Amino acid sequence: MTEELSKSKAVRQKSVGEYFAAHLREYGLLLALIAIMAFFQVMTGGVMLKSVNITNLFLQNSYIIIMALGMLVVIVAGHIDLSVGSVMGFIGALAAILMVNYDWPLWAVFPVCLTAGALIGAAQGYWVAYWSIPPFIVTLAGMLVFRGLSLWLLEGQSVGPFPKEFQLLSTGFIPDFMPESMSASLAETFGARRFNTGALSLGVIGSAVIVYLGLKKRARNKAYGIEDEPKSFFIGRNIIVIGGLLFICFKLATFRGLPNVLVTMAVLTIAYAFLTQSTVIGRRLYAVGGNEKAAKLSGIKTKRLTFLAFANMGMLAALAGLIFAARLNTATPKAGFAVELDVIAAVFIGGASMSGGVGKVIGAVVGAFIMGVMNNGMSIMGIGIDYQQVIKGLVLLAAVIFDVYNKNKQG
Amino acid sequence: MTTILEMRGITKTFPGVKALDDVDLRVEQGEIHALVGENGAGKSTLMKVLSGVYPAGSYDGEIVYNGQVTSFAGISDSEKLGIIIIHQELALVPLLSVAENLFLGNEVARNGVINWPEMYQRTDELLAKVGLNEAASTTIESMGVGKQQLVEIAKALAKNVKLLILDEPTAALQENDSQKLLELLLELKAQGITSILISHKLNEISQVADRITVIRDGAAVSTLDCRAEEISEEHIIRDMVGRDMEHRYPERQRNIGQPLFEIKNWNVWHPEHKDRQMLRNVNFNVREGEIVGIAGLMGSGRTELAMSIFGKSYGRNISGEAFLKGQPVNLSTVDKAIKAGLAYCTEDRKELGLVLEESIVSNITLANLEGVSRGGVLNTAEEQKVAERYREAMNIRTPSVHQKVVNLSGGNQQKVVLSKWLFANPQVLILDEPTRGIDVGAKFEIYGIMNELAAEGRGVVMISSEMPELLGMCDRIYVMNEGELVAELSAEEASQERIMSFIVTE
Ligand SMILES: Nc1ncnc2c1ncn2[C@@H]1O[C@H](COP(=O)(O)OP(=O)(O)OP(=O)(O)O)[C@@H](O)[C@H]1O
Ligand SMILES: [Mg+2]
Repeated sequence: MTEELSKSKAVRQKSVGEYFAAHLREYGLLLALIAIMAFFQVMTGGVMLKSVNITNLFLQNSYIIIMALGMLVVIVAGHIDLSVGSVMGFIGALAAILMVNYDWPLWAVFPVCLTAGALIGAAQGYWVAYWSIPPFIVTLAGMLVFRGLSLWLLEGQSVGPFPKEFQLLSTGFIPDFMPESMSASLAETFGARRFNTGALSLGVIGSAVIVYLGLKKRARNKAYGIEDEPKSFFIGRNIIVIGGLLFICFKLATFRGLPNVLVTMAVLTIAYAFLTQSTVIGRRLYAVGGNEKAAKLSGIKTKRLTFLAFANMGMLAALAGLIFAARLNTATPKAGFAVELDVIAAVFIGGASMSGGVGKVIGAVVGAFIMGVMNNGMSIMGIGIDYQQVIKGLVLLAAVIFDVYNKNKQG
Repeated sequence: MTTILEMRGITKTFPGVKALDDVDLRVEQGEIHALVGENGAGKSTLMKVLSGVYPAGSYDGEIVYNGQVTSFAGISDSEKLGIIIIHQELALVPLLSVAENLFLGNEVARNGVINWPEMYQRTDELLAKVGLNEAASTTIESMGVGKQQLVEIAKALAKNVKLLILDEPTAALQENDSQKLLELLLELKAQGITSILISHKLNEISQVADRITVIRDGAAVSTLDCRAEEISEEHIIRDMVGRDMEHRYPERQRNIGQPLFEIKNWNVWHPEHKDRQMLRNVNFNVREGEIVGIAGLMGSGRTELAMSIFGKSYGRNISGEAFLKGQPVNLSTVDKAIKAGLAYCTEDRKELGLVLEESIVSNITLANLEGVSRGGVLNTAEEQKVAERYREAMNIRTPSVHQKVVNLSGGNQQKVVLSKWLFANPQVLILDEPTRGIDVGAKFEIYGIMNELAAEGRGVVMISSEMPELLGMCDRIYVMNEGELVAELSAEEASQERIMSFIVTE
């Protein structure tokens, strides 16, 4: 017995190389994002990382990232939702009609639209969960239905513009909450026209929290003998993440500060990362996707979870719809067209598995950024929409092939 | 005697685990060579190396087959030389016919067009060879596991097998099917086919093996020759475990109390065939501190009974009453059943018991996440402690409790399923074939745990196809036949013959 234990202790220490090989996917994703950004930084002659472009990057991709969070949940549960683009467009149209044609106040429009989204998701989830109808079919139907309904709602027209306050949802920035004198002097130091100290300080606080939580987790893992990443990896990863965060916050500070959508997105990302990794519901979700029968026999209400996953997806699609409409300041029948493909691609690039039970929120967000950076970079470079699609498709394929290859090699 | 196979200095490591450490194995032409060892000793891994599942280059050492050093890049390479492996988990396609399965990837065809008459004819010949009386067009799904196992062997014969490897072929079989299979092995041996047989059922090994190699902790510790002299099971166990085991069943103080759980007039219909009644008027009970067995053939309705009780997980139109400590109890969903204090440990660990891609930790806590969380937020440190506790108690062989369950050996996976249900802290624990694929030492540990549970005043129900273990462990044994409980025997009354007499009379 003691011999056995000491033996297992001895083998627990993995080499750095082995660790890297085992977690190639996670580090690979981060490195890929950096590589892609660097590539476009060079190819666009430095436009990529300009303050204004970084701000744009967030504004352009926020709705995809928000929907990727919901899609990750759906995909981890072993399903798929093809209707999100249409639902997003439909809710944008609904909000437009309510605000423009009926003069509804914002405080009424928001809850009604989010609830409508949740109900749409729930309606689809109902068939999937309680009638076992394949989600591919149910949401394909939903995609057609809500595409048609937005056309009908808008009567084929674009509806807008919207009240100023509504636009702030997408185009607003967090005002600088630090003393003005400080910002002025910092602006001078960096030779910028203005400087939003609040944005930078939020970045600093965020970095501190990341390091603190990371260290705490490490200490705990150590106390319980859980295998953890080698110290060098921990430090390296943190330097990259924090460096990136501070860099972005700095850049944003020299422009207009933190966009509202960025904050919304960050809060949601943290919330969903917590939900999936640290709560009972999250654990059950992975179990349902991993082996539904075993989950059911463990007392998990698998149907209800599936139902909720779709309802949640619908609500996030609604939020995305509002954000998208606010950004364009008009609702068009074409809004959200084919967006579901970007969202689903982001989740798979982020390492989720088609068969369910595998995937992480952070992965999905990074996946969405990879898609977003490619869209943005290729547009700046003036690459035609035709080539853009081809390249995005190939990247998706490459990511998934990499996954499968990696898995086979370990098996 | 010529040597057909020699494996020299085989070493195979997985991340964090040295599964095989410099193993030598020599198999003679025409013998039945048994491979025994504890769960996780490395038996399956050694055979996967031999059959090319782990390709050359992923391990150290060499394989000499028919006097030539060989290396395989994949299974198809080893199959070309007549080395065929039948894995611990069967690999047949359930919805295809016997014929289609036999020639899967090896179809009788010309220019890609299948020649059905010839294929059926050859199927009939092969089935006759393995003594299976089934039409070539029968789907695999509609056959019992015993027959499926024979189909696997027929499939090996179709590929012109020279060296047949069977990884725990009888684990899921009952007595008479196992016997049939062993006789078939002897017959194949008479035809000059060499076999390597992995099993935890030592009586079967004594029955057919010519030589036995014992593997412990990834190393071959001894090779015993059964032809020269009789090798006792005790001898094999000593080599396997590294110490003497005096008893197969732990001692127990009986202290049986009040009726704890009771089922009355339980009727269940088949989930798809509406007019097929699967269980008829079943009445049964367990008392506090009692271990009750349910004997019967496979398909007699034992698993269906357990699952229909456990949150209506099987069947439709379920009627009947359930009582816990004399009070009616609502068991209509699994969730309610668990809360009421029931647990059902399934016989089908891969399909129904485990989330294979998840870690040992998350599998163990899955049925009782409340026990490791507060306000819906998981306490991962607590989870870890729980998992470590069961790893110790059940002796689960793994480098870490964060290992994915799919990477564990079959027996260790079984221990994880058991741990999960123990952690759910049930009043009544229903165990469905709990020792399937488990080594002798671990069986003893599991029996010990069952005794402990009983000593704490809980009720244990054990469904098993291994008669000796029912007789060795239970205070009372029900016999099930075609959906009815046909007999109830006290420990004193029960014997192998009596139980069999109730099963066979119908
Ligand atoms: N793919 C894998 N990844 C990591 N470890 C593995 C993998 N496959 C097997 N192992 C480990 O190698 C060891 C040997 O496993 P193996 O399946 O050969 O055992 P076994 O002797 O067949 O046991 P059992 O009787 O339980 O089937 C075990 O400790 C197991 O956890
Ligand atoms: Mg094995």
